[in-house]
Amino acid sequence: MADVFLDAKGLNCPLPILKAKKALKDVPVGGTLEVLATDAGAVADFGAFCRATGNTLQENSVDGGVYRFVIRRSE
Amino acid sequence: MAQTNASGGNAKNMTIIVTKGSLDWAYPPFILATTAAAMGVDVTMFFTFYGLPLLLKKLDLQVTPMGNAAMKMPLLGMHMTMPNIVNMIPGVDAAATVMMKNLIKKKGVASIDELREAAIDSDVQMIGCQMTMDLFEYSKDDMIPGIKVGGAATYMEQALKSDINLFI
Repeated sequence: MADVFLDAKGLNCPLPILKAKKALKDVPVGGTLEVLATDAGAVADFGAFCRATGNTLQENSVDGGVYRFVIRRSE
Repeated sequence: MAQTNASGGNAKNMTIIVTKGSLDWAYPPFILATTAAAMGVDVTMFFTFYGLPLLLKKLDLQVTPMGNAAMKMPLLGMHMTMPNIVNMIPGVDAAATVMMKNLIKKKGVASIDELREAAIDSDVQMIGCQMTMDLFEYSKDDMIPGIKVGGAATYMEQALKSDINLFI
């Protein structure tokens, strides 16, 4: 169970990333944020976002057109 | 000399010169500015010429198919383009704008108002070009609060210490 959950389904670039960044502020260091999205571009973007910000993309899956990401906040 | 930001990573700076203020051209600078800010980049946007109205309190953005050969709107499973002689007819721009705004809504794309708000929230520095304000007769009161007004030197000072400088 993630510490914070974000439903970004139906939103297009760059909104899932902007909302995830905002939501991460409420995640304790070492905690996790779970994001659901339907934007196909989010797969590449969440990877890039995590690499650039030093957070860890812990899980990355897709189920019926809904992408699920679990991001662990590093600092 | 390496700079560090609050989160301990390498602080990066980016500037964007925003020269176009139509509904379609307003997207790239605001998308890049907000996303870069979300990735820990300090962003400065310099609004000049037709980009300046993007700082007005009330946005009224239009799109025109005139002379825009690549603008093909999806319609009934096809992609529609119109000859310029049709684009000249009064009301075509307004219709194209309504069509574009409907698409934006339907596809979950943020509005420019939303993106501008997000940019302000994430401390993107916005500079309005003084010369353009004089030229097109705008005052600082017409603009959203919190912006800086300056000229090319104000922009250059920021650009010189930035890692990425874009012209859109």
